[in-house]
Parts: sequence; C-alpha cells; structure tokens
Amino acid sequence: MNKVLMKGNEACAEAAIRSGCKSYFGYPITPQNEITAYMSKALPKIDGGVFVQAESEIGAIHMVYGCAGSGVRCMTSSSSPGISLKAEGISYLAGADLPCVIVNIQRGGPGLGTIQPSQADYFQATKAIGHGDLKIPTLAPNSVQEMVDMTVKAFEIAEKYRTPVMILADGLLGQMMEPVSFGNIKNNAEVYPYGANGHGGKRKKNITNSLYLDALVLEKCVNERFERYTKIVEAETDAEFDKDADIVVAAYGSTSRVVKSAVEMARAEGINAGVFRPKTLWPFPEKQLKEATKNAKAVLVSEMSMGQMIDDVKMALEFKLPVEFYGRQGGFVPNPVEIFKKIKELGGKY
Amino acid sequence: MINFKNIIVVTGHYGSGKTNISANLALKLAERGTVSIVDLDVVNAYFRTADFKELFADKQIKLIASKYANSSLDVPALSFDITGAVRSSDYTIIDVGGDDEGARALGRYRDFLPTQTYDMLYVVNKSRLNTQKPEEALELLRAIEAVSGLKCTGIVNNTHLCAETTAELIQASLPYAEEIAEKAGVPLLFTCGLDFPVEILVKKIWE
Repeated sequence: MNKVLMKGNEACAEAAIRSGCKSYFGYPITPQNEITAYMSKALPKIDGGVFVQAESEIGAIHMVYGCAGSGVRCMTSSSSPGISLKAEGISYLAGADLPCVIVNIQRGGPGLGTIQPSQADYFQATKAIGHGDLKIPTLAPNSVQEMVDMTVKAFEIAEKYRTPVMILADGLLGQMMEPVSFGNIKNNAEVYPYGANGHGGKRKKNITNSLYLDALVLEKCVNERFERYTKIVEAETDAEFDKDADIVVAAYGSTSRVVKSAVEMARAEGINAGVFRPKTLWPFPEKQLKEATKNAKAVLVSEMSMGQMIDDVKMALEFKLPVEFYGRQGGFVPNPVEIFKKIKELGGKY
Repeated sequence: MINFKNIIVVTGHYGSGKTNISANLALKLAERGTVSIVDLDVVNAYFRTADFKELFADKQIKLIASKYANSSLDVPALSFDITGAVRSSDYTIIDVGGDDEGARALGRYRDFLPTQTYDMLYVVNKSRLNTQKPEEALELLRAIEAVSGLKCTGIVNNTHLCAETTAELIQASLPYAEEIAEKAGVPLLFTCGLDFPVEILVKKIWE
C-alpha cells in the first residue's frame, strides 16, 4: 500500500469518511481548521454527504445530536474553547445514548489562550466533559497514522457502546505531516436500528431523549449506562509501554514522542528509563501502568499542561511510588533535552 | 546552481516543502550575495520560515515576516513591505502560503513584480495528498497563477515522505515531475535529493 503525506487533521477527516461517516457539523477554529475544510470539500462530492458549517459550536453539537438521533454516523471537531461550548450538547448526547465522534485538537488555555499546542483539556475530557454522571471514551493518538487508526476505532467504540467518543489530540498532531496508509477500512454507513427516523407504522417507536419524569426510571437508565462503562473499561483500555524500567516516564499524544527521544538519550547514558503511553485516557490504563512500574523506582509524568494526567497516574499507583512532573504551557512543546535532564535528576535521586 | 533572477517566489501545495526549499535556497544564495527571505505565509500558523530566525541571523540572511508570525494572532495580516527588501538585497526569496488561498497574498505585489523580473517556482511532491497525479498538481498551479496574477517559471520536484523517503521514491517521481513541467510549459528546475541536495531544516521537535 502506497503511503501518502498528510497533516494529522486531514488524515482524521479522510479516515472518518472512509469508515462511512457522511455527516459532519462544525465551526472553524485554529488549529483544527483542516478537518472542517477537508470535510467541506469532500462530503458534498459523496452520495448522501452532508457538511454544515454551523453558526457556532453550540449549533454544531446539537446538529450532531439530531443526526445521531436519526441513526446516522456523524462527527464534529473543534479545539479547546470550542469544545467548552459543545459541553452541554455532549452531556445530552451521553444522556440519550447517542454515538458520535468528537475531535479536540487542543490549544493552550484557559480562555482564548493560544493557537499553539497544549494538553490542558485532559481534566475536561476525562473528568468533566459535561454535567451529570457520564464518561466518554477518550482516545489519544501520537502520530498521523494513529489519527487515522483511532478515528476508525472511535466510530467502532461509539456504535458498539452507544456513546460519544472523543479523540483528544493537540495542535502539533493536527498540523504536522507524516506518511500514512489507510489499509482496509471497513465502510460502515448503515443506519442504526435505534434511529428516530420514522417508523412508518412498521416498528416500535424509537425515542431520543435525556429527560426522565420518574426518578426510578432515570436511576435504572444511569445504572445500565454504567454497566456499559464497565464493559468499556474491560475491553477497550489500551496502552503501550517498556517493561522493567527503573524510571518510567508517562506521557500521551505529542509529548510521548518527545519522551521517547528523551528516554533514548537517558538509556545511552546507562539510565534504565522507559516510556509509558496511554492510548486511552478514559479508561485510564491502570493495570498496564502497574505492570510497567513493577520494578520502577520512580515515575515522571510529562504533559503540555501544569499536570493533569499526573492525578490518574498517582491514583493508579495507589500513591506507592514517587511521582514527579515536568511540563510546559503557553503553547510550548517540551524538547527532549529538557525531559532528559529531569530523567537524569530522578535517576540520581531514587 | 541555476542562475536565479533577483526575486524568487516559492509556491506550492500545503506541505509540498516550500519552506524547507526556501530556507535551503536562502542558505545557498547567501554564498553568492546578500539575501532577504520573506515569510508570506498568511495561512499556516505552524511550521513556517519565521521558525529559522536564529539560523538566518547567523548567516546574515535578512528575515522579513509579519510581526504576528508565530504569535497567537491568527489573522491573515501582512505588516511589512517587501519592496525595501528587493532594493537592498541581491536575492529576495518569497515563501508563499499553501495553495491558491496562500498565493492570494501575492496579488498585492503583482504590479511590483512585472514579468521577467522574477522566478516563480512551483514545488510538487508526488507523495502529498491531492497532488499525487500530474493533473491535480497542474490544476492547483493554474489556481495559484490565477489568484496571484504571476506566472510560474519552473517546477521543483520535492517528492518525499519525511523520514521514510527513499532513493527509489525520488527516482520513481521523475516522470511525474517531467509531465507537470511539460504540460505547464516550463522547465523542471531540479529534483531535491537528486540534483539538488537539501538539508532537512523543517523538523519535528523530537527529531
């Protein structure tokens, strides 16, 4: 299969189309504009393709609600401030058990922040994506190829468990170019059986709703949803890691690429360092982290934030190992030398 | 190296490698005379000529970029005048933004750039999405010429797959580049990595 050079954003959009997504609703924001631009050019050329540039992110996410509610595969994308605007709609989508894919190409914050890359939306994605008792599976690609693979995977998870799924990438992944191949992506453009799209008197009514008048019914509904979450934790949790390292460096997304270079520098100096990279942020790969840190003396967490994933790392380790942090903010990507120095410091200390 | 005119406009598809080629040309031409390099990319906020500020300063190459380049202000602003650069340097390289969207900014200078006074390079990459077929690359070239009001004078073959580039990949791209040049009625000036050695300056932070 011939490889093609693509930006992460373009690769994500193309993967969505190839996996059968014909409906996209969005609103422009840097650094994710190429997804919207790509969809605006590609979808009108496809039979049944729908592209809408909504009047706002709030409009776009509610169009996703309507589209998913009618049983059609669909997606939206944005960057940090835009995801905040979508939060209400995401909660409604989760409340109505509607599958969809939401892509966040993170930029620096809070507020308008910067258009440069960041990973400061980890808490938002994994702990507080919307009001109410809800979780959404969150996938963290670290290459343009994974922007393809995880987009395909996101639709599969969304439909299998009837939930919104987020791809949490960052500006660097969206903007950088790498060779990718699309392999054989299964085109799944069928209409879901639960879509409220007109029963024609031939089947039971399908109702798309998140309002419950009876407390017992709502409690039962939330409990059933959390049983599905348990299944997601069992089947979909994913990470890649080096075994038997003394100093384990945990990072996701772009930062994990920098960490890999830093770990190689440390090994060249005889420090037994290793990488731990979650590929799913919710569910967080707790078992895999325990396995990766079996013989570790300390853990370093590196993020483009003031430290957010670090809390999940500490909890997964049950506070039994020293955990330190190195991060950059404001749109800076840490460079391998900075992280290498911190690994060296930990190597001397523990 | 080819005898370039004093003004070299570098155009192409997003990600064809315009910035890397512009920077390489600047470094090479700096051995012959004074060089200014203009970052005219009003489209892309990441991976741009202004990233090489220190390298250019080191080689006495004058970098002319919007004061908003690499800042968070993603407005398509041109806050500089390239005419001064052209008067004061032996060579002025203008690194244009991707596609016809990026080339639109050139339109502002069309009266200042009468034919015969400039070279306009069109950079192609056979491995890059949307320009993998000669027809696609030619269609984009025509769009760039239409919005800029300038005419392409030569094709640069920059076929690559970043770190996965092989000699075979470059060799296999020659008929593609030759066909584009022939149909555009301009010469194929050079093929990067074959008859034009390039230093890879545009890198990811972990590379």
